[in-house]
Amino acid sequence: MSLLSKTLALATSALIAAATLTSVAQADEATGQQLFPLFSYRTGPYAPSGIPQWAGYRDYFNYINEKGGVNGVKIFVQECETAYTLERAFECYERYKNGYAGAPVAVLFTTSSGFDAAISDKARLDKLPIISVAGGRGDAVDGSVFPYQFPLLFDYWTEASIVIEHIANQAGGYDKLNGLKIATLYHDSGYGRETIQPMAILSEKYGFENIQIAVPHPGEQQQAQWQQIKRAGVDWVFFRAWGVMSPVGLKTAARVGFPADRIIGDIWTGSEEDARPAGAAAKNYLAVSVFPSGTDFEITKELKKNVIDAGKGDLKDVSKFGSVYYNAGLVQAIIYTEILRTGQKKFGNRPLTKEEGQWAAEHLDITAERIAELGATGLLSPLKITPQDHEGDPAAKIVQWDGQKWNAVTDWLKGDRPLFRDAIYARAAAYAKEKGIEPRQAQN
Amino acid sequence: MSFFLETLITGLFAGLMYALVAIGFVLIYKASGVFNFAQGAMVFLAALAFVTLVEHGFPFWIAFLATAALMVVVAILVEALVLRPLRNRDSLTLFMATLGLSFVIDGTAQFFLGTDVHMLDLGIDDIAEDYAGILISHFDIVASLIVVTLVAVLAIVFSKTRMGVSLRAVADDTLAAQSIGIRLPVIWRIVWSVAGLVALVAGLLWGARQGVQFSLSLITLKALPVLIIGGFSSIPGAIAGGLIVGASEALADIYLGPLVNGSVSTWFAYILAVAFLLIRPAGLFGDRDIERV
Repeated sequence: MSLLSKTLALATSALIAAATLTSVAQADEATGQQLFPLFSYRTGPYAPSGIPQWAGYRDYFNYINEKGGVNGVKIFVQECETAYTLERAFECYERYKNGYAGAPVAVLFTTSSGFDAAISDKARLDKLPIISVAGGRGDAVDGSVFPYQFPLLFDYWTEASIVIEHIANQAGGYDKLNGLKIATLYHDSGYGRETIQPMAILSEKYGFENIQIAVPHPGEQQQAQWQQIKRAGVDWVFFRAWGVMSPVGLKTAARVGFPADRIIGDIWTGSEEDARPAGAAAKNYLAVSVFPSGTDFEITKELKKNVIDAGKGDLKDVSKFGSVYYNAGLVQAIIYTEILRTGQKKFGNRPLTKEEGQWAAEHLDITAERIAELGATGLLSPLKITPQDHEGDPAAKIVQWDGQKWNAVTDWLKGDRPLFRDAIYARAAAYAKEKGIEPRQAQN
Repeated sequence: MSFFLETLITGLFAGLMYALVAIGFVLIYKASGVFNFAQGAMVFLAALAFVTLVEHGFPFWIAFLATAALMVVVAILVEALVLRPLRNRDSLTLFMATLGLSFVIDGTAQFFLGTDVHMLDLGIDDIAEDYAGILISHFDIVASLIVVTLVAVLAIVFSKTRMGVSLRAVADDTLAAQSIGIRLPVIWRIVWSVAGLVALVAGLLWGARQGVQFSLSLITLKALPVLIIGGFSSIPGAIAGGLIVGASEALADIYLGPLVNGSVSTWFAYILAVAFLLIRPAGLFGDRDIERV
């Protein structure tokens, strides 16, 4: 072997060894930490809704990690950009479903109702718990059919009944609903269509005329739909928009002369990013709110002092600190850390596997006292999950946009969730039958 | 009947807004045979740059002129960095280049100017008024006048000026035009600049309607059926195509949508476009390709 060949062989061996050592080091980079795959959308049409949310997540995790983590286990955030598209979300899912760099994944926050529905079957086979806070498919509350799906905190069916409850309160009682015309103007997607069935049930019970009108994605043209609403003499509009559809809808409503204080937006249609671009047209517009805005909560004060003012925050524009979407991310991050704590109580203070994450999610119990300890009183309502009920006890407030900010105009409303119980569980049973799933006998 | 008329008329107004976007495509297609997929991104960039300047306290006209200058710079860069290196390549290659360009423009605009939704107030009331029982927005009327004026100006530029004649010569026969001394890079720079200015006007009107945000880029998808129906190489075709798409999708949403329990406007325009492709492949006003066999 010539000198040149020997040198090349040695160099190649050294390179291979270095590469192997590097990959081993990378593989173990996050050992002892808990992986949180953050499926973000910082680009694309829904980026304005996403960016403040991811800041809420990251700032809270940053704060927790600075304090030593969740019982000593640090949260290892790996962000994966989906641009709110299914195909990229699937890529992200495949990348992180079994953990990353030595850190296991316990549960996955999908951050998209559409992806939640699309990944349903696969996640069941992979036994990876899927968490959708205030989103996801409504029938997944049935834990016996959907052991790996958790539409926590709030659902669109309850939202529909809360909207009707508010309208009844304004009209002077449920008996006054008879004869009213209530239109649902919805984003023509899985998310938007989710309230068709509950509104039909509510209409049948209370006697109001139920009008359903779809708006195609992304919703940049709604003239025909709002003319139809005006023409039909609609009394109230339940406005289930997302992204650009919100300001366009509010401006179009003003154009045809439909009053903003007769429009009640969905929880994803009630942020500063939804109302502000509509200008004066949004004044007095109402919305259902699960994520109150504001910076006066104890936890937000802590974040301001330790993260934002310390220059460690994720927001480029700190004026969004405490906005609806920022607080939505913060609430979701709190729920995640509480799932970890719940699991750690049973399995020990270490990173959890997905099987342990599933148990933890099914036994989550965030009481009012615990919320106070977390400094989140007023920000988060109590949440108790069981193997049978994967949602908890949903509640929401109605808020109103005054041109500058959102103000609560009601206390927490509960709606009429028991009214839907049979329909929801029948839908879950039909899904189980279609997919050949044997509903498990869930045990506490 | 008045509701039908109201739907029809507001649809026609919406169609003129679609046509405004489609005109930008036509200009570039006429001069270079390229379907510029980045036109939507240019609309977004122009509106975002304008609204950012206004929010930083610049008066309307300063912001408008500065944004117009930016669009000219973009045109020069596109010619130098994308079109010139790809000269003499087939149109599919150039189309793919504009597809990539759209991502570059979208990403660069959002990187430097942010992803927030901005409100854009042009000072034009967007409240409907009653005209003989039909509600029509003042904004729609003003926007239509702007589109008509823009088309008139473009028509004069194309027919009465030396530059316009050069553009038409390039559109008719690029090689012949070059042989008589017309410089292709200059023509491309001019035509991309004019398309950039059209994008600025479109961006302001669309931005005032829906807020300035990334979704402005997606109006490319609205322009496509307009172009198929009207023809890729005709400005009157873009107007006619826009009117047909705007009116038909508004009527379809109202009268056909309830029959299928959903919204139909997204796909209805494309179905219409496919029908036109079958009957009149070059569109209503497009140039028919005639080849010697």
